[in-house]
Amino acid sequence: MKVRTIERVRWWTYAGLGLAALISLFPLYWMFVVSTSDTAAARQQPPAVVPGGNFLHLATTVFETVPFLRALLNSLIVAVSIGVGQALLCSLAGFAFAKLRFRGRNTLFLLVVLTMTVPTQLSIIPQYMIISKLSWVDTLQALIVPGLASAFGIFWMRQHLATTISDELLQAARIDGATTWQVFWRIAFPLVRPAAFVLGLLGFVTAWNDFLWPFVVLKSPEMYTAQIAIKALQNNYDVDLGLAMSGSFLATIPMLILFVFVGRRMVAGIMDGAFKG
Amino acid sequence: MTTTLSPAPPKATAPGTSKEPIKERLAPYAYIAPFFVIFGVFGLVPLLFTFYVSLFDWNPIGDHVFIGLDNFRRLLDDPRFYNAVRNTFSIWLLSTIPELLIALGLAHLLNHVRLKWAVFFRMSMLVPYITSVAATAIVFLQLFDRDYGLLNWLLGQVGIGPIDFVQSTWGSHVLIAVMVAWRWTGYNTLLYLASLQAVPREIYEAAAVDGAGSWAQFRRITIPSLRPVIVFTIVTSTIGGLQIFTEPLLLSQSAPLTCGPVRQCQTLTLFLYEQGFGQFQFGYGAAIGVALFVLVVAFAGLNFFLSTRGRTDK
Repeated sequence: MKVRTIERVRWWTYAGLGLAALISLFPLYWMFVVSTSDTAAARQQPPAVVPGGNFLHLATTVFETVPFLRALLNSLIVAVSIGVGQALLCSLAGFAFAKLRFRGRNTLFLLVVLTMTVPTQLSIIPQYMIISKLSWVDTLQALIVPGLASAFGIFWMRQHLATTISDELLQAARIDGATTWQVFWRIAFPLVRPAAFVLGLLGFVTAWNDFLWPFVVLKSPEMYTAQIAIKALQNNYDVDLGLAMSGSFLATIPMLILFVFVGRRMVAGIMDGAFKG
Repeated sequence: MTTTLSPAPPKATAPGTSKEPIKERLAPYAYIAPFFVIFGVFGLVPLLFTFYVSLFDWNPIGDHVFIGLDNFRRLLDDPRFYNAVRNTFSIWLLSTIPELLIALGLAHLLNHVRLKWAVFFRMSMLVPYITSVAATAIVFLQLFDRDYGLLNWLLGQVGIGPIDFVQSTWGSHVLIAVMVAWRWTGYNTLLYLASLQAVPREIYEAAAVDGAGSWAQFRRITIPSLRPVIVFTIVTSTIGGLQIFTEPLLLSQSAPLTCGPVRQCQTLTLFLYEQGFGQFQFGYGAAIGVALFVLVVAFAGLNFFLSTRGRTDK
């Protein structure tokens, strides 16, 4: 006799997941609490766990201490450029690897995959020398241009293009006289736009949060990205405990708003990545 | 690692004959060129140049003199180097092992058909990933603060502490590891969950019918079917973890470049930055880069080897 039962979800499953959710969200709540408290409230024992009324004061101080609005704008310029650039360039290269035949294709694709394993942070000294040869020190293109190359993105887009677009469809377009570019732009790209969107989103978030490279390349406060501005605020830690916290919170808000709208797609995108099966 | 090159090479749409116009035949190369140009200029050339610069006494605004392997001799005699190696591996171990184990457990819990609020749980676990390392460091520094931190207050209630997580060696390593693990556990959970969902549910049902409990199912079904993605996460967290920089930089306000007065949590990348951009010794800094490269390649390779071994037991 066959007994088919799907196991009930036990209470400790919810307890475990609830705890994980709490630990994931609590630091952000705490960031908010401290960035609304004055120094005295932040230093009382036990620590205050509800928001205070000091948010505007601290936020104003943040904008007065460093050019924070400019920093947010710089971050936005860099992150949008990298997100859009990666989505387009990786789709294009992924299309070539998935759907076009050319000499050396497999070798070149293997090369792309291999570049993913090269640790790049350790070459920051020569990277800096190249940027200074190009006279790009203290400019935003020093952050944008290197960020446009994404081997992971090419790998990811190739996977999507190979599985979602049939060769017959492209063949038909060919017979109708479409050029390679038209096949890509009119047929292939629109069909993989959702995947390209998620890729661009991941590129955007990574660029927004990047620290080491902007820290090396940017010199003047007007060129700071939000993350470097946070570091500058931390130098004023003694002045006001909540200042760096307030800056961190202000720099995280745009990501949280974005996440509310596209978080589901990011989750789906990450789960739909290169590792299914 | 079977996924790396799958699916099988598709049939091409362009016949690739010489009858095509030259513009069409060059199109594929034009489409992949941007990546190779950018990676070449900002990835490969700097990597090779690191090896070159490491052979010089190289001052960014002064001379550079060829000194052969002197930088490496100096490095091998430098206690600060060994200190940085120790700190890097200590922080890597403290963060990666709990992080991947917790992610495994959480993925297992999330993989229930009847789970309610599944979207909420998944999304909340990705929130740390969209939080920047800098913001993460700032908030955890406050939570773990010796005098005003919530954690030490809680510990104080049960008679422990206060613990100085910034000034002590093991404390600073734990704090940095917590920052790293907090940020990456959820992301890895989602990777594991995706792989788990590809496992046919009937296998779990059959196991349940046969009387296998949750733990037995976890050990006998979950772990083996996740092997490729586990290898992937171990290798990527090795490559990323050994280059950790931002968390230790933000830890000590008095001596950021050394992560404290006695270098108690200075990692290799921070040591590289200190020598290169703090002391303007590009040659010595590049030598540290070469050492880091060797360590990352060797250690990632070792981890790959260890985690793929035993696949032949079938």
